[in-house]
Amino acid sequence: MVPLSWYLILAAALFSIGLFGVLSRRNAVAILLGIELMLNAVNINLAAFWRYGNVLHMAGQVFAIIVFAVAAAEVAVGLALVISVYRKRNTVIADDIDLMKW
Amino acid sequence: MSFWKDPLKVAADWLMGILTGWGMSEVAAQVLIGFLGVLILISILMVLDIFLVWVERKVVSRFQDRIGPNRVGPFGLIQPFADIIKLLIKEDITPTGADKVVYNIAPMLSMMSVLILWAIVPLAPTILSVDLNIGALYIIAAGAIGTLSIIMAGWSSNNKFALIGAFRQVAVMVSFEIPMLTMLLIPTILAGSMGMNAIIEKQDIWFVWLSPLAALIFLITAIAELGRAPFDMAEGESELVAGYNTEYSGMKFGMFYAGELLHAFTYGGFLAILFFGGYRFFGLEQVSPFLAIAVIIFKAFVGYWVIMWVRYTLLRIRIDHMLAFNWKFLTPLAFTLLIVTALVNALLAGASAWLYVTGMFLSNVALAWAALEIARSYGHKEREKTEGMKKVVTPSQGTP
Amino acid sequence: MTAEQIIFLLVALFTLGSGFMVVTTGNLVHAALWLVATLFGVAVVFALLNAGFLAVVQVVVYIGAIAILFIFAVMLTRKDMRDQGPQMNRGWWVGALIAVLVFAGLFFLLQGWNGLSRTAAAIPAGFDAVAELGNALVSPDAFVLPFEVASVLLVAALVGAVYVAFNRK
Repeated sequence: MVPLSWYLILAAALFSIGLFGVLSRRNAVAILLGIELMLNAVNINLAAFWRYGNVLHMAGQVFAIIVFAVAAAEVAVGLALVISVYRKRNTVIADDIDLMKW
Repeated sequence: MSFWKDPLKVAADWLMGILTGWGMSEVAAQVLIGFLGVLILISILMVLDIFLVWVERKVVSRFQDRIGPNRVGPFGLIQPFADIIKLLIKEDITPTGADKVVYNIAPMLSMMSVLILWAIVPLAPTILSVDLNIGALYIIAAGAIGTLSIIMAGWSSNNKFALIGAFRQVAVMVSFEIPMLTMLLIPTILAGSMGMNAIIEKQDIWFVWLSPLAALIFLITAIAELGRAPFDMAEGESELVAGYNTEYSGMKFGMFYAGELLHAFTYGGFLAILFFGGYRFFGLEQVSPFLAIAVIIFKAFVGYWVIMWVRYTLLRIRIDHMLAFNWKFLTPLAFTLLIVTALVNALLAGASAWLYVTGMFLSNVALAWAALEIARSYGHKEREKTEGMKKVVTPSQGTP
Repeated sequence: MTAEQIIFLLVALFTLGSGFMVVTTGNLVHAALWLVATLFGVAVVFALLNAGFLAVVQVVVYIGAIAILFIFAVMLTRKDMRDQGPQMNRGWWVGALIAVLVFAGLFFLLQGWNGLSRTAAAIPAGFDAVAELGNALVSPDAFVLPFEVASVLLVAALVGAVYVAFNRK
């Protein structure tokens, strides 16, 4: 039998890996990839607590489905923004998109 | 339980007895038997695939008023083996600059996405791999993996034509998944479950009589998902060389080609399961599971024949027309059909069988007629607009 | 080590390995494909948790739509077919340090909670998770309001994405 802690540690590790990706990558699309990893880690957490808690109470799965919808919306708008920025400035390196720096 | 009534269980129990007799643990024996079952299923499917190559070539030749392969073996039955040997002994070329790992994995993923679909196909009431209660959604998931394999193939070939072909094909596949998903919900509403076995169990009256428009839209979107004509942007031989499989030679191309044929047959099978009663044929399936297998394979072949018929009759549609057709016609129609089906199903739930069938059928026909009327008036307006722009020169004008 | 534990360890290793490759590989298209592998690993974890619907929806939504969107975006935002320059920014070791600290913090936090070693209770027989989920999503005294708000959010995202990325010539 797999104890709950294993799932939670898996989720924590995936979250940390995603966090590292967000903080350390230059390319804006790569930063969005890290965000996706973090959202998936959260979903694993929610599903694990649904299973190991009260299976009849569907809140965990419903929350996970809402997270799916939110992640899809965020990726769509985020990538649209990145592509729009690329059209204007011809770069996707996050450091070079610094028009408002003084 | 005799072998003829429940072959899988009898075979599994016998094997389990032998394996545990040899000292294997129950769990390990279970896993091994599972693997063996998967292996047998895949072997049968690949042999069927070889047969489908022959069927395809014979049918296309008859549509084109010629005979087709008839030299190699009786009626050309050995022809696919000749094709396979030719593909196997061809040189395996990897283009320079191609991404080797992705280039090699793409055909495997393409074939895999077709084979995993057969996990939910019930061949008989007692012969099925997995009775998944979310089978309808699983079909879309397998399609998603197929989409991924195409984009991997197109990108890794380091070839602009392949990339454009892959982009177009993926755009078509992703767009047409939406009406397909909606059409998969119609048998779900009518049967009350997404599982394939449950859908077949509830088809005392075939769902095609209850919802012919859903069957038609499912057929159209299935052909688009397969990437076959008239939606074959990826293989538009006159436009894009060979689309995403331009740079593939030898058995890797064979995997794409055979995978496409098996995919078409699989969708024929799903058309049969979802709308034409699956393995049911007026109680024949209760007699023996092997008769049920024969029934469903026959129905799948009929569906496959319809898909081939459409392919070899219609012209290719332009990519922007394809996408406009999907987003401006099919998707609103699919959603409206879903709402109408759910409404009629709820309103006529307690009525007699004849009233129910007639009500659903007429609602479908009315919706189809309304959709075609709207399309016709729109086309009429477009035609008037373009014809109004043409200047008609009569002989009396333009005189010197 | 029961079979279930071995399977979980293999899947977890695969998922974490693919996740690590996502954030470290230099070639962005490879990163997107490693993301596909990670998402598939997460789908398998959902299946291990008896959340079958979530597993299939994960494949359909994440792999079938979001990963494809990423691959398209990567291909549309490169100046030529090769990658350029280093893929990590200058302060990447700070990012690594923060990630390790976060993981250590979460680990330490989880150690102090005694509910961790509980094992899963058996699922009651005849429990149809999909039917229950469907009921929960549309029942007025369950979660119909978040469901409807999520659909409004998706429409807003659809309109916004099309408008932002529209190529006005």
